[in-house]
Amino acid sequence: MKTNENNFEPHIIAFMCNWCSYTGADLAGVSRLKSPPNIRVIRVMCSGRVDPSFVLRAFQLGADGVLIAGCHPGDCHYQEGNFKALRRTVLLRKMLRQFGVEPERVRLEWISASEAERSRDVTTQFTEQIRQLGPLRLAVGPQPVAV
Amino acid sequence: MAKPKVAFYWCASCGGCEEAVVDLAEAILDVVAAVDIVFWPVALDFKRRDVEAMPDGSIAACFVNGAVRTSEQEHMAHLLRRKSQLLIAYGACAQGGGIPGLANLTSREAIMEYAYHQAPSMGDGTARPQTRTHVPEGELELPEFQETVKALDQVVAVDYYLPGCPPTPKLTLQAVQAILSGKLPERGAVLASDRALCYECELNSTKPEKLLVSQLKRVHEVLIEPDKCLLAQGILCMGPATRGGCEALCVKGNMPCTGCFGPLDRVQDYGGKALSAIASIVDCTDEAVLAKIFESLPDPAGTFYRYSVPASLLTKKREAA
Repeated sequence: MKTNENNFEPHIIAFMCNWCSYTGADLAGVSRLKSPPNIRVIRVMCSGRVDPSFVLRAFQLGADGVLIAGCHPGDCHYQEGNFKALRRTVLLRKMLRQFGVEPERVRLEWISASEAERSRDVTTQFTEQIRQLGPLRLAVGPQPVAV
Repeated sequence: MAKPKVAFYWCASCGGCEEAVVDLAEAILDVVAAVDIVFWPVALDFKRRDVEAMPDGSIAACFVNGAVRTSEQEHMAHLLRRKSQLLIAYGACAQGGGIPGLANLTSREAIMEYAYHQAPSMGDGTARPQTRTHVPEGELELPEFQETVKALDQVVAVDYYLPGCPPTPKLTLQAVQAILSGKLPERGAVLASDRALCYECELNSTKPEKLLVSQLKRVHEVLIEPDKCLLAQGILCMGPATRGGCEALCVKGNMPCTGCFGPLDRVQDYGGKALSAIASIVDCTDEAVLAKIFESLPDPAGTFYRYSVPASLLTKKREAA
């Protein structure tokens, strides 16, 4: 495993759906399972609420990785919202590569309300993965003029 | 009373926006009767020094089309901003970078290397354009080719936007009339519709309520049915994510919308929205099958950010975490 000389601590934004994954993360907390502090959680009602531009905005604001967590296929509280998240994430990852962003920086996981250990495992593993990838380097493009 | 002064300028542009003004046809006679065109390089013989000699703010409205890529274009953008009361970003390139903006997906170095060295027709040439060259007669100057392409509002403050590639003659005329009558919306507005293109499209009634496609088709792969919603046929149409105002001219011409009118109000990043719209309607729940379906979308960046790479969130400066 590569050592990280610069002591880089990843900043990860996690969009978690209210019904399953957020509850699962909450259970992990209540059960005192040790989870990395690098994850900042944003609760959404459904993983299908996550617009690709949320992910882009997260990267622009300093995130090194974005996790989208939803209910398992078939269990979505709103029937098919998680499938929308799946379709968008697959295409978004393909497009990110063209902008020089490693697709692995966006991750979609299905975590149920009872899967506290899984929540801990996913967040720990994702943090490590991003730590190996290093900080996100976005091409600094043109800047808007203050109006 | 003196007629209001109006100017047109082009930056990194194909000339289509200049054509759009000419396309006003007879209507241009009414425009010309009502205003004084004081600068229009493509059509009139005024020079930069004529603009420099004008008092600041003496041009009532200046329409600038094209993206900004060279030092000359940047200089002119600043100059015209100073000399104009209203600066209008005319066309998709000025609004969000346009087609030239796609260059931001590569690098200045890669472009120079290919255009002046690697291109098959270049032979063994290695010379690159220089900003200054000394010749017996004196020194020659060329504008500098900058690192990235910028939209107009990334260089100077812009008062209004006329979207489109190019903006339609109808919208152009409406904008000119609005300026002349002083009936303009809030500063910073886009002078087109505030609803998505689907609302204006005559195929809208054929769009199913639950729109799902199992395949994405490119325009050269199918015979497009002219009276059925293009998205419903699996053809990539950006209509749902694109601002209306063009009366769906492309769809009327049996071609899908490519998104040249840009995003709707309150949408910051067009490409993300367009990607979301297209991905959401794919009727598939399996990741591997999805990847297969998206093989007919080999260039998502070029498809969704066709006119707006410089305006993309991914090319904006990262703020400190």
